[in-house]
Amino acid sequence: MNKDFIEIRWHGRGGQGAITAAKIVAGAAFISGYEGVVMAPTFGTERRGAPVMTSLKISKKKIYDLSPIEIPDIVVVLDHLLLKEADVTHGLKPGGIIVLNTPKPYESYHFKDYRLATADITAISVEAGLPHGMVNTGIIGSLERATNLLGIDILIKGIEEEFSTRKPGKNSLAAKIAFERTVAGG
Amino acid sequence: MGTRNYRRKTSHSEHGPGDGGRTGSWRVERPVFDQSLCIPCKRNKETCFICWLFCPETVISRTIPPKVDLEYCKGCGICAEECPTKAITMVDEAKFSEEEDKE
Amino acid sequence: MHIIENGNVAAALGVKLCRANVIAAYPITPQTPLTERLSEYVESGEMKAEYIPVESEHSAMAVCIAASSAGARAFTATSANGLLYMHEQIQWASGARLPIVMCVVNRAVGAPWNVWNDQQDSISQRDIGWIQIYCSDHQQIIDTVIKAFWIAEKVSIPIMVCYDGYILSHTYMPFDLPGQEEVDAFLPPFKPEYALNPETPANLNTVTLPDVRLDVQGELAHGYMEIRYLLQEELRTTLNVAAEAEKRFAEIFGRGSDPYIEPYRCDDADYVAVGLGSITYQLRVCVDALRKEGIKVGVMGVRFYRPFPDAAIANALKGKKGVIVFEKALSYGYEGALASDLKSALYEHLAGSGVLPFVQNFILGIGGREIRTDDLTQALRTATQGRVSTEPTWIGLKL
Repeated sequence: MNKDFIEIRWHGRGGQGAITAAKIVAGAAFISGYEGVVMAPTFGTERRGAPVMTSLKISKKKIYDLSPIEIPDIVVVLDHLLLKEADVTHGLKPGGIIVLNTPKPYESYHFKDYRLATADITAISVEAGLPHGMVNTGIIGSLERATNLLGIDILIKGIEEEFSTRKPGKNSLAAKIAFERTVAGG
Repeated sequence: MGTRNYRRKTSHSEHGPGDGGRTGSWRVERPVFDQSLCIPCKRNKETCFICWLFCPETVISRTIPPKVDLEYCKGCGICAEECPTKAITMVDEAKFSEEEDKE
Repeated sequence: MHIIENGNVAAALGVKLCRANVIAAYPITPQTPLTERLSEYVESGEMKAEYIPVESEHSAMAVCIAASSAGARAFTATSANGLLYMHEQIQWASGARLPIVMCVVNRAVGAPWNVWNDQQDSISQRDIGWIQIYCSDHQQIIDTVIKAFWIAEKVSIPIMVCYDGYILSHTYMPFDLPGQEEVDAFLPPFKPEYALNPETPANLNTVTLPDVRLDVQGELAHGYMEIRYLLQEELRTTLNVAAEAEKRFAEIFGRGSDPYIEPYRCDDADYVAVGLGSITYQLRVCVDALRKEGIKVGVMGVRFYRPFPDAAIANALKGKKGVIVFEKALSYGYEGALASDLKSALYEHLAGSGVLPFVQNFILGIGGREIRTDDLTQALRTATQGRVSTEPTWIGLKL
């Protein structure tokens, strides 16, 4: 993976916090020296529960192109049921990474040409003390495990700052557990 | 003669009779006060003054009795319309002689 | 300090730093998060301002007019049909010379109903005596809001700060958040020439006669025509004030640029793409790609659209073979308004020189139609081979 310019597409559901997750990664990338960070949600009406996408571009240089991501390096899927509703691998580069929150075993998925990373973020988050369905911080741990993008410490710091008034410890714990337990293919 | 040096760049007019010109000559009917009905006159108290408030030319004084500056009163009759005790009557200008005007 | 936020928040932070006294707004997509954020600042006490929720955009502007007349620094924001609903009141604001600042979060206008980005809303309000400035990223949004209050109050003319709906309003990117002390140093408290005051009552903008007249003090006062002439005259000299603002801003904040236009790789270019807002930044990527192919092309963003910096624009386009205008709006029945304005400026300043560049007009992104960078590059490449059409050419049309 070219680490000078990385495009990550997030698939979630309205209200699931994909934007916040992408924002945390964006912030961590910026302080890690990526001058260009652009994060854009799906444009239009936002509805709770409906499939949504968020795109995150990070670059060593200022980004002038704000058009949607067409060929992502990484896709992050916050709900495995979205695989049935959305074409999550659309445009994904060969050898690209899929980070998937799923209760199913890693072996039950077969993505040709792509590298898959899975974790049961929903269960991990509950284990960390978060309410059921809060998965947007845990998934960051999986993303880091699968991509080795920015280092887990800076992401944990970003999570604790973003959630400074809303259970920072439990949110960062979810990411830490997910980082440990994510199963990632080579 | 131009207005290049006029101090304002907007349409701004200040409170005071004469902003619309010497409008007294427009008058066809003149407001006449009946002091037996006028509230400030009856009570000898600074109150009511609805006529003063509503006059679009600001030519009615806030005094007992209220006085009309006939130089600028255009005779619109709003004071008579608004007076809560019907103390103001609009009277045909022709009924006043030039002598009376000078008083 | 750099923060990562969306464009609406950048605008809201700018308004907060400028210590606006009165905010009156009606929510409309994609402006809503901006006014929501401002109402939160006021509610929490972070911002000492009067937030007046109104029942319509027409009322929002009416409240701003009243507040500004009373000497308050007033702000509002809107989009699309909300702006159109204000149409009567916004002209009142400029005629009354009130330095209101309004963010226009550019969105397509109905019918048919559409909440996505184009620039038909603010372009349709081009001729109403407001200053219009277009932003291409979040740094420009927050900086322009701050500069806008200074310029508006200096010349007593209201300003629209325009930025693309969603593409900028909902997209997050890093920008430098100016400090309160610096903003206070740049922008002194608003001191109007006259503010409504019960001690010195006055009639403002009542029936104003065709001819000049004597005022109460016996001084010869303007008629309607003089007042309108002064608006035009001072809009034109606002270009100088904008340059002054840019200089002052650079001194205090350490960043500045050409106040009117934003040229990129234009100096040795034979062809220059021109546009308003975020499209001009996307075009930079296309320019870089075409430069690698050996095509001498540049791009110029027009930041100040009204007053139109015709001399600066013509100067920047002097000696070019072609000018390629990308627009997200048009004057229906003719062509893009910016294309017409550019032709006018080129004719005015270069007609005698013997070399007038051709002007190719592309219309794109209408109603949020996605603008793929590859398509944009292809359009630009084609236009550098010669003018495509005398009529505006629509990109991405699926007819």
